[in-house]
Amino acid sequence: MNEQTLTPEQRAANLKGMGSSRKRVEDVRFTQGKGNYVDDIKLDGMLFGDFVRSPYAHARVVSINTEEAMKVPGVVAVLTAEDLAPLGLHWMPTLAGDKQMVLADGKVLFQGQEVAFVVAEDRYAAADAAELVEVDYEELPVVVDPFEALKSDVVLREDTVDENGNATEGAHGPRNHPNHIFTWEQGEKEATEAVLSEADVVAEEMVYYHRTHPCPLETCGSVASMDKVTGKLTLWGTFQAPHAIRTVVSLISGIAEHNIRVISPDIGGGFGNKVGAYAGYVCSVVASIVTGKPVKWVEDRMENLMSTAFARDYWMQGKIAATKDGKITGLWCHTTADHGGFDACADPTKFPAGFMNICTGSYDIPTAYLAVEGVYTNKAPGGVAYRCSFRVTEAAYFIERMIEVLAIKLNMDAAELRRINFIKKDQFPYQSALGWEYDSGDYHTAWDKALESVGYDKLRAEQAQQIEDFKAGKTRKLMGIGLTHFTEIVGAGPVKNCDILGLGMFDSCEIRIHPTGSAIARLGTISQGQGHATTFAQIIASEIGLPADDITLEEGDTDTAPYGLGTYGSRSTPVAGAATAMAARKIRAKAQMIAAYLLEVHDDDVEWDIDRFAVKGAPERFKTMKEIAFAAYNQAIPGLEPGLEAVSYYDPPNMTYPFGAYICVLDIDVDTGAADIRSFYALDDCGTRINPMIIEGQVHGGLTEALAIAMGQEIAYDEMGNVKTGTLMDFFIPTAWETPNYITDHTTTPSPHHPIGAKGVGESPNVGGVPCFSNAVHDAFRPFGLTQTHMPHDHWRIWKTANDLGLHG
Amino acid sequence: MSKMHVTMNVNGKEVEGLAEPRTLLIHFLRENLNITGPHIGCETSHCGACTVDMDGKSVKSCTVFVAQAQGKDVTTVEGLVNEDGSLGVIQEMFREHHGLQCGFCTPGMITRAHRLLQENPNPTEEEIRFGMAGNLCRCTGYQNIVKSIAAAADTLNAQKEAAE
Amino acid sequence: MIPAGFEYHRPSDIASAVSILQEHGDEARVIAGGHSLIPMMKLRMADMGHLIDLQDIDALKGISLMGDTVTIGAMVTQHELITSATLANAVPIIKEAALLIADPQVRYVGTVGGNVANGDPGNDMPGLMQCLNASYELSGPDGTRTVAARDFYEAAYFTARDDEEILTRIHIPVPAAGTGYAYEKQKRKIGDYATAASAVMLRVVDGVCAEASIAMTNLADTPVFAEAASAALYGRALDDAAIGDAVSAAVEATDPVADNRGPVEFKKHVASVILRRAIDRAASRAS
Repeated sequence: MNEQTLTPEQRAANLKGMGSSRKRVEDVRFTQGKGNYVDDIKLDGMLFGDFVRSPYAHARVVSINTEEAMKVPGVVAVLTAEDLAPLGLHWMPTLAGDKQMVLADGKVLFQGQEVAFVVAEDRYAAADAAELVEVDYEELPVVVDPFEALKSDVVLREDTVDENGNATEGAHGPRNHPNHIFTWEQGEKEATEAVLSEADVVAEEMVYYHRTHPCPLETCGSVASMDKVTGKLTLWGTFQAPHAIRTVVSLISGIAEHNIRVISPDIGGGFGNKVGAYAGYVCSVVASIVTGKPVKWVEDRMENLMSTAFARDYWMQGKIAATKDGKITGLWCHTTADHGGFDACADPTKFPAGFMNICTGSYDIPTAYLAVEGVYTNKAPGGVAYRCSFRVTEAAYFIERMIEVLAIKLNMDAAELRRINFIKKDQFPYQSALGWEYDSGDYHTAWDKALESVGYDKLRAEQAQQIEDFKAGKTRKLMGIGLTHFTEIVGAGPVKNCDILGLGMFDSCEIRIHPTGSAIARLGTISQGQGHATTFAQIIASEIGLPADDITLEEGDTDTAPYGLGTYGSRSTPVAGAATAMAARKIRAKAQMIAAYLLEVHDDDVEWDIDRFAVKGAPERFKTMKEIAFAAYNQAIPGLEPGLEAVSYYDPPNMTYPFGAYICVLDIDVDTGAADIRSFYALDDCGTRINPMIIEGQVHGGLTEALAIAMGQEIAYDEMGNVKTGTLMDFFIPTAWETPNYITDHTTTPSPHHPIGAKGVGESPNVGGVPCFSNAVHDAFRPFGLTQTHMPHDHWRIWKTANDLGLHG
Repeated sequence: MSKMHVTMNVNGKEVEGLAEPRTLLIHFLRENLNITGPHIGCETSHCGACTVDMDGKSVKSCTVFVAQAQGKDVTTVEGLVNEDGSLGVIQEMFREHHGLQCGFCTPGMITRAHRLLQENPNPTEEEIRFGMAGNLCRCTGYQNIVKSIAAAADTLNAQKEAAE
Repeated sequence: MIPAGFEYHRPSDIASAVSILQEHGDEARVIAGGHSLIPMMKLRMADMGHLIDLQDIDALKGISLMGDTVTIGAMVTQHELITSATLANAVPIIKEAALLIADPQVRYVGTVGGNVANGDPGNDMPGLMQCLNASYELSGPDGTRTVAARDFYEAAYFTARDDEEILTRIHIPVPAAGTGYAYEKQKRKIGDYATAASAVMLRVVDGVCAEASIAMTNLADTPVFAEAASAALYGRALDDAAIGDAVSAAVEATDPVADNRGPVEFKKHVASVILRRAIDRAASRAS
């Protein structure tokens, strides 16, 4: 078999390009235990850091005595804020325009806050010494309720009030109370209030999306190594945005950026937990500079859950107006956002509440208003986008609950209510009332396909019978059918309005073709399990006709990778994927000229055919990309430089808008509160699909994180600010036993502005999954009068709902 | 605290080291022996990322003192690779069926699956889920892990039959 | 994550273990499977200068059936309980309960001795042993004695065992032929302790309950052997009224604490549901 006898289908298949369920290249090392994660890194003379943390949620730090700790054999140093202050590093900037203590500076604001950093020759000595650091605390009154915080006399952030005790202006505008952070408004307040007052029907509800945490299986960590001879700092870490970390470290440490190399090695899951900077990273860098040795810091699970960025904690008061026939005329949302002791939200600068204004969802709502108020409390700082784009899970949960609440008010079927309010296919690109331009969508097709696939009408009939049986005492189980049609906004984002600490949210790809026809590409993103080394090579393979198996794809080393803003918020495919296609097209454009030269025709007389350029009208005359690659290094072509490489920095014109239709069926045991997931159908539309196998894996994983969040996972505090769910005993991560099988499906509505039409999918299942599970629980109790019950829907809360509705006889 | 001389057999090789009795087996493996396949995901013995095979049992190596493991036979995921460097059946099936994403739970998963299939060469899906309930994963949602293990069972059984 | 240091001992017989306990007093503790103790030590909620590893003591191993008594060594693991043909035959409720404990890895290492001796209200074996009317053999400096499981538990982590004694064996009277049994447990996920659990054994003769034994787990600071509940069934047909009385009596005897699993009212309700299901299942198995 030679090049001439393969069919086009075979040639395309050999590439394992777009659309192929190519097996992952990463798996060869991971299945053998040969991954390289931060805690695998060992350097000569490496020291270990460990924190002393506050047991109190709010207290003054009166004194810190490190004498006994220093006596432990192997202990090298114990750092406090006093040691960091001369370097200006006792505080650091957050990604939300606030600042955060690295080590307790006079007081602590949440249980688990970092107070001192012990550095020792091994982690056992560091742990022993941390126990011996004596800290004298003076407890202060604790504020854990954000509504109370906005009225309280207790000032949490003394660094944000003036000498009269008044709140200074914040990063996002004036602040009306010392514990108030910002108010962010979108849409039209008066017009919306007018619509509400004139409406046939208004449904109102407080929808709470509880506090939880991304909890990747690998906790956060870093290894800092300052080379005193070269003056270069190398910093390995669990960083979802290595270039941004490099720039931030340079700005706060004063070390010039060309003398800093940041490396994100293999990362054991991110889910947003690893976007921002943590005290441990800063302390490991300082400790390395101070000791002249590499310093490793790896937190344990309790530290991860108690002190790294939480997610959610949005109290969303909603009002939705409609005609009596169910056409929505207006949406009003006031959100109280609990940020903990410091606003460490990972958001683009201009969006202190992220993209919460996607809360009109999949629906054509002409008038809307959103206000979000951020508040300080005595809890861990945050919040981050846990497997979602910024605040998109909150927005989707809000609208998918409000539509259910409206359906109850109208006594309508919620599937039908959605359908009559969907944005229509021909309305795209669609300008939402809260300021977004949705790129493309075909919600009706997806919805109808979903309802048909699950046999919706039959399910409702079965449910009706079940309710009769329940009322007749024949069963103690209630059946819930959960519906969700979500639209999310991902792929941040256009530089003109999206930046992280001033760094525009473009992304990049650099590709170099070798003489013998294989290639290396590097991106500004960083996989934490999404399989970029496999999938981005597929994009390149399809664009330039070299097999994906011949393309090495690297990320994460800031010395070699082009600048990018990293991976979170499902932005890799929309932004870096676009950069990849654009860089590949630059290469193909040059390849075309080389081919024309070799074939002795004009540039326009050759056309692209899968893996070669052929002469138009004479297809037997062609040059494969492999031949072209060698020619690039071998031929002296007038007007062309040797070599074959390109780089693209892609500034996306818009975000992308993946969407999906999810339907869940569950059965609730009313007496025990246990919910058994009977089935879960997930239809996702992420535009062009690069690797179906990987998409399916992302959906399974995201739905399981959604299951956890909806059905039991929470970061809970008592009234003294003690964390109640600080270990995996109480922080709910389901096992294989509690997790159901999922049915996945898809439609494909490409993004019109994306070079390959792809939108991104990694986080859709979490965005759509949570409201779907939650709606199923609500739906089970709808016939008995329930409108809203807060997540998580663990056994006792479901039991309590049943109890409150009088179902326990 | 004074150190003890530890000897054990790890992945078929006799190894030794000096460690305090309180050293957790996971640390002895990762730090003293440079075997970094098994990982640490929690400190309360819930996640299973540290799972090894010790004297024919699936054991969470974070909940064993090296002193307790003195003289034992330990297999980690590295030890499941074939002599010629090719992936073992379970490892191959995890790749074939997309049973991993970030790879952090994977060594523990595969090592546990190895013992599960020794206990029960023909598990049903329910038995696989029950048998793997000591290993948490955040990325995959378990569905493809179950598929990978079922495929490994089929492959191993076919190989056994062919050999007979 | 990192426990404090200790001196490690690995004696090969009971007498040596006891003498190390005697020598170091409350600075010494024994370790069986370690899957209750080591997590506590890693959180630095337990520490001791001397740790005595019991794994080499043969006298603590093995399961045997002699006459109408099953004897289980303290170091027998949950996995061994599950795979024992002797137990599956003679006392099948043990396997049913053991399968509901923790996860496969923990069951490979966790011992029945550790589970019953610790005094942790969350452990499943204590209530089960009370239901079975088991007795524990304790060996100490003054010799060997036996304490009934029903007399063993005083408060959370406080038992009848003296600091210098080791629990060495468990003796269980083999239930009569035709005894119905059930172990029922509600939990949030595999690996969690019970929200409520119940062990039930009962014999039905001529349509009427001839014997009943009911114990509840993780609903007080010790297991609850609900004598009043058993009494409520005795001599009655196992109808709704009788079962209702038994359930009320059992729940009355519990004293659960509110925690992340839920408030007291919830736990009491779940206890009643779990017990009812256990009684129904046990009754269906009784012949």
